[in-house]
Amino acid sequence: MENCYLGIDVGSVSTNVVLMNDQNKILGKVYTATQGKPIDAVKRGLKEISGQIKGDIQVKGVATTGSGRHLASMIVGADVVKNEITAHGIAALNFVKGVRTIFEIGGQDSKIILLKDGIISDFAMNTVCAAGTGSFLDRQAARLGIDISEFGQQALTSKNPVRVAGRCAVFAESDMIHKQQLGHNQEDIIKGLCDALVRNFLNNLGKGKDLAGPIVFQGGVAANAGIKKSFEEALNQEIFVPPHHEVMGAIGCCLLAKEHAAKKNNTNFQGFEIMNSGYEVRGMECEDCSNLCEVVEIIRDGILMSRWGDKCGKWSNQVKSDVEKLA
Amino acid sequence: MKVTFPHMGNQYVATKVLLDELGVENIIPPECSKDTLDIGTKHSPESICLPLKVNIGNYIESVKKGADTVVITGSCGPCRFGYYSILQKEILKSMGYDNLKFILLDPPQGDYKGFFKRVYDLTNTKNPYKIVKALARATRTLYLLDEMEDLSYYKRPRQARQGEVDIHYDHFHRVVREAKGYKEVSTLIRDTIRKMKEVEEDPTRDVIKIGIIGEIYTIIEPFVNLNVEKKLGDMGVEIDKSLKISRWLTEHLYLSPLGLTAEKDVWRAAKPYLKTMIGGHARETIGYAVVYGKKGYDGVIQIYPLTCMPEIVAQSILPTVEKDYSIPYLCLIVDEMTGEAGYSTRLEAFVDLLRRRKEKAYNGELLSGN
Repeated sequence: MENCYLGIDVGSVSTNVVLMNDQNKILGKVYTATQGKPIDAVKRGLKEISGQIKGDIQVKGVATTGSGRHLASMIVGADVVKNEITAHGIAALNFVKGVRTIFEIGGQDSKIILLKDGIISDFAMNTVCAAGTGSFLDRQAARLGIDISEFGQQALTSKNPVRVAGRCAVFAESDMIHKQQLGHNQEDIIKGLCDALVRNFLNNLGKGKDLAGPIVFQGGVAANAGIKKSFEEALNQEIFVPPHHEVMGAIGCCLLAKEHAAKKNNTNFQGFEIMNSGYEVRGMECEDCSNLCEVVEIIRDGILMSRWGDKCGKWSNQVKSDVEKLA
Repeated sequence: MKVTFPHMGNQYVATKVLLDELGVENIIPPECSKDTLDIGTKHSPESICLPLKVNIGNYIESVKKGADTVVITGSCGPCRFGYYSILQKEILKSMGYDNLKFILLDPPQGDYKGFFKRVYDLTNTKNPYKIVKALARATRTLYLLDEMEDLSYYKRPRQARQGEVDIHYDHFHRVVREAKGYKEVSTLIRDTIRKMKEVEEDPTRDVIKIGIIGEIYTIIEPFVNLNVEKKLGDMGVEIDKSLKISRWLTEHLYLSPLGLTAEKDVWRAAKPYLKTMIGGHARETIGYAVVYGKKGYDGVIQIYPLTCMPEIVAQSILPTVEKDYSIPYLCLIVDEMTGEAGYSTRLEAFVDLLRRRKEKAYNGELLSGN
């Protein structure tokens, strides 16, 4: 029987599940759309990954990350709940030797993580602007009538990129339409857009930071060869895209779960059978004090699993769970 | 005359004591909430800093409860706060609150006649003994409040049962609104301090220390900084806030008119980076970052409202301090658009970073010890 670790990254756009063994080998990975239904996405992810498993395995630890990490942890019974910055940092450290800088661009956020001596030393995350993230690229590809998977390749064929304003997603779009109306080639516009997004990313997040190599580029957008090329041109150095770049958050989770299992030899994992369970989420407002907390309850097959959202802890403490408290 | 005033953390308790002791009828604005901010945002200039928006919300909510006079302190540092009273008066006028009276308690700056006239207006008495006594009691209340705050910073990361400290803390804020005068209020604070001290501690907790620096209002008002002290406390972090209201009051009311200051050491610490006062609390922000670095804190977090000029200058200097004292630094900027999820994620990631760093330093020491 082989020991395995499960990592689940529930993001705004995609939900990723990775199964890894003791030797840090990826046994299975799933990349599925969240579509605003994180519970369904987690169940679907578990179903698909259990279909990929060959042979006899035992899950020794589970960790969750991403914006839906708390919900996912309640469903699967996670041992570790971590923020996505730490998860991404740990994944890159283990898969790329001596990495100093990580660019991560996901569905709705983008981040820069700087590492020093094998630990995260600094990070930045986009705050109010979503220009340059996956959702924006998706939209623009749809506007141009091309598939997002061809977007990057088209950019590479450009010989004379146009300059697109990249300060803001809305202006970038109107500027792009303007360039289209002037009759520029499609590939030149796409390349211009890639350049603009990279400029925006580096100005917004990289400002004042020392971006030392080797640089790793991960997240869903790393599949876009055009953006990678634009980064290389802007920084004048090679950018590495790791083989499982789209599921790095989940890989980081596997590593965190493994670390946890080494310390504590038991897991809260509820088993793969939970994908067949029915889940229900109920909300209520506690009116016992002026805080008026919104308490969320999660119910599996009619049994109350967990509650959270209360400031005083009187609701959540009723359902005892020794899930490792955050951070 | 029913007097109201803007919120700023625990300050309302001391102001209430001051007005109670003077026999002035007062109305405490309801606790800052989403509604407060919505009202303020709707009626304020879009790019003004966040405190003004919250203030406006406070006034309107108090007026609805019957207040007819607003008292605010003036700025003691050349930043936009100095124009708050004028701008706020104009905003409220344009909203149709013509009869609302403003009393501005600026430091005298030479014009003692005008200053005392404003004080007499507010206090309804010309008896200086009564005024001084009330002021002394309010100041004592502030110091007690800050003692309670500091205790909660210490206890939160160490409490054996999560949330216990906040049960006492929240209870205090519910009850204190009904208390009257120095005697009742100070007894209540001492009671809360005693109860908090009794909260059981978990000795195995590995507590890390973070210094909070930045703009004074955003540091102190929990609604605006999304309860940073509770969030960090629950993650096992003990904090220290660089600026406190009690300190601010002592500095500007008692010391600065005499040409004295308690911030000399902090200014000296900031000197290699920023030689002079550039407005707001930029010099203190940098100075305290250095002080925390020297004291061996695990990290510093700067919080300020969007568009705050002095803090923007400080922000550009802080990475140098970070390098010189090898103390990790995180910057959080808040305004009415701030999303709680992203904010918490940053805090969590920063705490993770500090913990791993500490672990590594500890392991390194073990290795070199062998």
